[in-house]
Amino acid sequence: MSAISITTPIAMPAWKRGALIIGGLALLLAPLWLLESFQLFQLTMAVIMGLAVLGLNIVTGYNGQISLGHGAFFAVGAYATAIPMSLLDWSFWATLPISAVVCGAVGWGVGFPALRLGGLYLALTTFSLAVAVPQILKHKSVDAWTGGVQGLFLLKPEAPAWLPLSPDQYMYVVALIVAGACYLLVWNLLRGRMGRALMAVRDNPTAAEAMGMDLATLKTRAFAVSAVITGMAGSLAAAVVEFVAPDSFTFMVSITLFVGMVVGGVASIMGSVFGGLFVLFVPNIAEAISRSAPGIIYGIILIAFLFVLPDGVAGLVRRITARLRRTKGREKS
Amino acid sequence: MLREAPILLEAKGVHAGYGPTHVLHGLDFVVEEGNVTALLGANGAGKTTTLRAVCGMIRTEGDITFLGERITGRATEEIARMGLAHVPDGRGTFMELTVEENFKLGAYVRRDAQVQSDFERMWEWFPRLRQRWKQQAGTLSGGEQQMLAIARALLMRPKLLLLDEPSFGLAPLIVQEIFGIMRRIREESGVGILLVEQNANLALELADRAYLLETGSIVMAGPAAEIRQDEAIRRAYLGY
Amino acid sequence: MDAFAHQLIAGIATGGIYASVALALVMIYQATHHVNFAQGEMATLSTFIALTLIQAGFPYWVAFFATLVISFVMGALVERILMRPVQNAPVLTHVGVFIGMLLIISNMTGLIFGYTTKAFPTPFESEGLLFGGLVSAHELGGTAVTLAVLTLVYLFFAHTSLGLAMRAAAYNPRSARLVGIRVGWMLALGWGLAAAIGSVAGMMVAPAVFLDPNVMLGILLYAFAGALLGGIDNPTGAVIGGFMVGVLENLAGAYVVGTELKLTVALVIIIGVLVVRPSGLFGRVVFSRV
Repeated sequence: MSAISITTPIAMPAWKRGALIIGGLALLLAPLWLLESFQLFQLTMAVIMGLAVLGLNIVTGYNGQISLGHGAFFAVGAYATAIPMSLLDWSFWATLPISAVVCGAVGWGVGFPALRLGGLYLALTTFSLAVAVPQILKHKSVDAWTGGVQGLFLLKPEAPAWLPLSPDQYMYVVALIVAGACYLLVWNLLRGRMGRALMAVRDNPTAAEAMGMDLATLKTRAFAVSAVITGMAGSLAAAVVEFVAPDSFTFMVSITLFVGMVVGGVASIMGSVFGGLFVLFVPNIAEAISRSAPGIIYGIILIAFLFVLPDGVAGLVRRITARLRRTKGREKS
Repeated sequence: MLREAPILLEAKGVHAGYGPTHVLHGLDFVVEEGNVTALLGANGAGKTTTLRAVCGMIRTEGDITFLGERITGRATEEIARMGLAHVPDGRGTFMELTVEENFKLGAYVRRDAQVQSDFERMWEWFPRLRQRWKQQAGTLSGGEQQMLAIARALLMRPKLLLLDEPSFGLAPLIVQEIFGIMRRIREESGVGILLVEQNANLALELADRAYLLETGSIVMAGPAAEIRQDEAIRRAYLGY
Repeated sequence: MDAFAHQLIAGIATGGIYASVALALVMIYQATHHVNFAQGEMATLSTFIALTLIQAGFPYWVAFFATLVISFVMGALVERILMRPVQNAPVLTHVGVFIGMLLIISNMTGLIFGYTTKAFPTPFESEGLLFGGLVSAHELGGTAVTLAVLTLVYLFFAHTSLGLAMRAAAYNPRSARLVGIRVGWMLALGWGLAAAIGSVAGMMVAPAVFLDPNVMLGILLYAFAGALLGGIDNPTGAVIGGFMVGVLENLAGAYVVGTELKLTVALVIIIGVLVVRPSGLFGRVVFSRV
């Protein structure tokens, strides 16, 4: 796995950079007018899943702690938004800080026992967590809050008066804003010392420790940040889907995020975007074939990628652009 | 004494390495039936690498023939089944298993009826192993583990025995014992021995033929007796 | 007191199932240092195959042994085809391959056999409970079968030449090769054996829980908890751990947390063991050298 996964900045004249940004914005906002309500909903979910995969990528891709239980953080974030909105009539934006704090705390809490566990054991333990989540959510002691098996219903937030968008369109924009902010935050975090430290711990923990890095703090922090990001995605999902219930958060959510991370590209921010798109659209297409098809296709694609394209789609793109850049350089000289 | 005897193992132009690192640069050597060939040299010269190359444990190029058949590129276990026993560096003891089980593993591929009598012969050669029969091999001392490793190799009834630094980390008295065993092997059976040793003095006393390895190439070859007597060579390459 | 005794015995019965799956997990772990996440799914598939054979008219025990053989072959094939290519890959890849297997096998099972819960017959029929209401015939018979399997496996490993070779290949593949053991085949054999053991566990548990593609996932986790509790590198320990988890789960479910939270019990055991004593009750404490 290449340690350098954050693209080195390309020298580019200011006008070109400006044009790219405007073009990018146009591309992101175009769906508001081009897509039907349902397709926009799907695209919104793709953005949300991409964000969730990004969260997983922080702790597993960049930091090497294998988590098969990120669905738990997704669920925590979802409920942290659903409960205030549904039971206390809070606005969506007000729930976001709560979600961040709660998810961060839970992530930190999970990070502690995780310190004792290496690759495989951590995977299995987080997997157990993922399997136990629906049971925990349904339990008598919390179902007054979680709504038990029936779950909680919410209403999508309405756009403010000065913004002439339907709730679906508004949620798409909200998702873009929240996801965008998170991506920027993570990108900033990872390209500096923190990113290198995370990867150093992943690749050679003994050496990292010998160099004076505080492994415990670093690893628990990674879990906390990762939980917050995936939790944010969960919060968005609750608002967009307008419904949360324990059975929405089975272990398949955790597995889905894992598959998305591998296919999109481990330790790659762009990869998380690909992962989100993959995770949303492939099952939709597959479900048309049969109920079992999505699972089988997931499994086959996962194994195929691990054998053939371990760097995921992002890795492939990176290699192609690098080759193009090299031939371009050769032509110039 | 170097006797005329049929060749068991012949290596020609052997190159080998680990990953991208090229360690052996075109080695040629032979081991004959009933003779001891010593492979000498300093740390890092490539002695252990040579044994691993013969056994197919690493990436190897060149011609290695054993009993007339080409074995370069063959799987380690197939080469072992042809009659080549290798006592590796670190002894290769099955630590979690008992002495008895280690013995049984030595005889694993054998289908003949003499296994029990061979056990008895090994008990006579290594009485301490019989005492520790049901003990976990990992609890044995270094010297005992070395003897166990040799016993395990001999139980394979090999035609060729490869020994990687049998004296390593052992007290002088034990080392004498072990070299005595090797003398016995040479005397009582027609087994050829390829011996890798850092203790050149001991090795040359026992060996019939010797090769000197330096950074992956053979710089000196010939009857052990001659090399032992040549003061210049001893001073320059063997440090005494 | 009667109820407690019944819970205890029921716990031992389910413990036998967990012990079997735990043994399968540990066998593969010992040989490859990997945990087969898909062990439960493979067992489920085997059980469905058994059901198909029974419904096709074969007598129970014929179907039972045929399923054992088929499962053995499947396990060996999975090792050769899926595990061999990635044997030197990083942990993440292995975890991914196991997850992929889990997805494929569990969904294929659903695809081929359908998702409706099915009843699975037991060869141990009885009218009501035996021994003064303590245990059902199936619990007794099932426990006897799992104990028989575990005993046979123990005898195989401890007293046969092939069993010794497999252990040697798991402990020290390099030295095993040097004495002529074909380590690759030993791995395939280990996987086959683990799959066969898992299939027995599946066939013994199915009559009690009914058969649907997801039933073994919970059992896998309990088995893992048992294996950890006993020591993931110690087969005997894993078996004992499996029984302990069975009893603990039943008692906790009956007297402490209620049946809805049983899976959480597994989670708590897993975390507890890993935090307090990672090598388990009977495992070896391993220090990694820098």
